Amino acid sequence: MLFDKFQSMASFQADLAERDIAPFGAVTEQILSATEGIVQGKRVILAGTNNYLGMSCDPRCIRAAQQAAEQWGTGTTGSRLANGSFTEHQALEMEIADFYGVDHAIVFSTGYSATMGMCATLAGPGETILLDGDSHASIYSGVKQSGAEIIRFKHNNPEDLAKRMRRLGDRAGNALIIAEGIYSMLGDVAPLKEIAAVKREYGGYLLVDEAHSMGVLGETGRGAAQAAGVENDVDFSVGTFSKSLGSIGGFCVSRHPELEAIRYCISAYIFTASSSPSVVASTREALRIIGAQPELRENLWNNARHLYEGLKALGLGVGPSASPVVAVEMEDRPATIQGWQALLDAGVYVNLVVPPASPSTNFLLRNSVSAAHSSAQIDTIIAAYAGLIENGVISPDKKA
Amino acid sequence: MAEYQEYLDFLCSALAAHNKKSLVLTEDISLVADIGLSSLEVMEFIEKIEDHFDISIPLNILPDVNTIGDLAKKVRELNL
Repeated sequence: MLFDKFQSMASFQADLAERDIAPFGAVTEQILSATEGIVQGKRVILAGTNNYLGMSCDPRCIRAAQQAAEQWGTGTTGSRLANGSFTEHQALEMEIADFYGVDHAIVFSTGYSATMGMCATLAGPGETILLDGDSHASIYSGVKQSGAEIIRFKHNNPEDLAKRMRRLGDRAGNALIIAEGIYSMLGDVAPLKEIAAVKREYGGYLLVDEAHSMGVLGETGRGAAQAAGVENDVDFSVGTFSKSLGSIGGFCVSRHPELEAIRYCISAYIFTASSSPSVVASTREALRIIGAQPELRENLWNNARHLYEGLKALGLGVGPSASPVVAVEMEDRPATIQGWQALLDAGVYVNLVVPPASPSTNFLLRNSVSAAHSSAQIDTIIAAYAGLIENGVISPDKKA
Repeated sequence: MAEYQEYLDFLCSALAAHNKKSLVLTEDISLVADIGLSSLEVMEFIEKIEDHFDISIPLNILPDVNTIGDLAKKVRELNL
């Protein structure tokens, strides 16, 4: 039967409903600030929103969106190739290209469509893509559509990448290597310096997804490639506006002039409506702000270190180094669900992550930190985890 | 170049560590349905095979691999 394959998910949902727990699609009833909201009737600290620089509630971005809605209307009602290219979209493309110090940019309606669209289009049948095994679903979805030969290399393992490039022989020179800047679930940073060195040795092209690292890493916030000093080795940088820029949309920037031709070959760009002018306007304003206020990144990293060290001191299983994404490893699915609910009851909203959304077989309580969090809020988050340990909901002894 | 049977023998031997049900491993045994490999275990097993033969097995071929025999044929093709 058509619906049989969904039965296990339906059972999982029924189990959660029976226990009155709704971690997936928890409804936010009110946003009070970039770091506080009302979720399922509770006033909570938002510690799972990827709102790294707090831009979603910046009054300047809100005002820009309001003015654009008044000037342009609420939507474009069309594709960029038809009636959906406004001067706002073109301006954003110029500004994001400037931000990255390159000449070419494409703006997409979502980050997912940017990454998926580029990965589906750049390499095709008869060509080869090498992607990190822990790549985001948008990357897997894109490469699957590409028709190219898809080879997975071990997560954050440049030696494994090199081995696979060597095995390709002459074909390595035309291969597309895909890595992310910061991996979304565990917050670990890609060894881009070493990956770029592999590319220099064997040839090929490098695409880096800076979705979680743009605005977060690098001297001017361009991301992990800038932080690693290898921007010249990156052929395509993709990213999203829905995290550090607080709106929605995605981009690809490149020094290659061919990007202008590639634009017209990307289904995810052609066959969808362009971003609303209000969204584009707030994105432009956020981009201007993060360029002008590098102290936002400093605040973010202070908060990231504060939370990471606090959770680590509790004995919880966190990653090897501090990051704006701090994932707490859990024992199994029931413990993760119980922990998520207990945190919500304690006034802290985090993300619940279970396979297949998590890498490997990890069960995670995923926290993301914002520059807008106060030090007191970070203390409250740490105290909420301490409360879970005291109540026996999670254990610091092994995995949480 | 090794023949199909040699690849099959190697795969059966390498799968012994995963054969918790003590099945008689033949070309018709399914990696997932019979042996019970999880998706993660399949990927780990594939990596082991890749390193042994010094090849990369593209993800594209995995939907066509159900049995040990299917995998032996694909590995042989890739190693030609």
